[in-house]
Amino acid sequence: MDQDHPRQHHDIGGVPAFMCREVDTEPHALSDFDREVDALRQILGQKRVMSVDELRRCIEAIPEADYHRLSYYERWIRAIADHLLRQGTVTPDELRAALEQGG
Amino acid sequence: MNHDPAGLVDAEGGRLLAALRHLLAEKDIATPGEIAERIAATERASPRLGAAMVAQAWCDPAFRALMLADGTAAAESLGIAMRGLPPLGVLENTPALHHLVVCTLCSCYPRAVLGYPPFWFKSAAYRARAVRDPLGLLAEFGTQLPAGQRVRVVDSTADYRWMVLPLRPAGTQGWSAERLAALLDAGDLVGTTVPTARERV
Repeated sequence: MDQDHPRQHHDIGGVPAFMCREVDTEPHALSDFDREVDALRQILGQKRVMSVDELRRCIEAIPEADYHRLSYYERWIRAIADHLLRQGTVTPDELRAALEQGG
Repeated sequence: MNHDPAGLVDAEGGRLLAALRHLLAEKDIATPGEIAERIAATERASPRLGAAMVAQAWCDPAFRALMLADGTAAAESLGIAMRGLPPLGVLENTPALHHLVVCTLCSCYPRAVLGYPPFWFKSAAYRARAVRDPLGLLAEFGTQLPAGQRVRVVDSTADYRWMVLPLRPAGTQGWSAERLAALLDAGDLVGTTVPTARERV
């Protein structure tokens, strides 16, 4: 290895495990889910409920296997939920109830 | 994790979104109307904005100088909304030097002037390989640089965004800015491709 410290799993610049992976250069249309998560993140940023760094911190806290399994915006919504719980903006009881009601 | 002992964040993404939409509307933090408005505003940004900047720079030396010195000011002078966004830096390609933009840590992208980041920009393969195997990566985009042109790879961060000012294609003397802008797409503006005199849009 060319470094002294183990990296966090989001820090993948130059990491050998990905060197043989081809880039999928095809366009992928965003889904409604993707657009809504993206918009929600922007609103939370504008209203100072969640900064970009807080989002990143929570994305980077996603366990490695989940990080690579989840889609881009699935990571985001998970990170947003994590941040809102950590901050107390939403309580676990509220989120559990809302999940049970199907939103 | 004390704040989430039940692992609620492990719920499927669509369910999490529906639950948070409900709760955040109830708390008046993000209403459905605000979400719809934000989606519409985001969709107004597209690579056409960055393309217009580049075409203007190709035609107007004073604008080119401004764009290279202060990308944010140059964008604002064309009416692009940049307030509250990270600064925009512009990387000038020359016959001797090509630039390629990546965000190795995630997906930082000059969204104000290019719109949503493309799928490939966010992919692990792109993020990992751009800094180690840029020529192999460019080949997958169908890009082959002239022999002797060096490649400089620039890593974006959450606090600073980069776009590329590509070389003006040969055979476009006397073209209007509008006609030049039609030669450009998002890849040209982050360096995965290079524009030619063939129209892209």
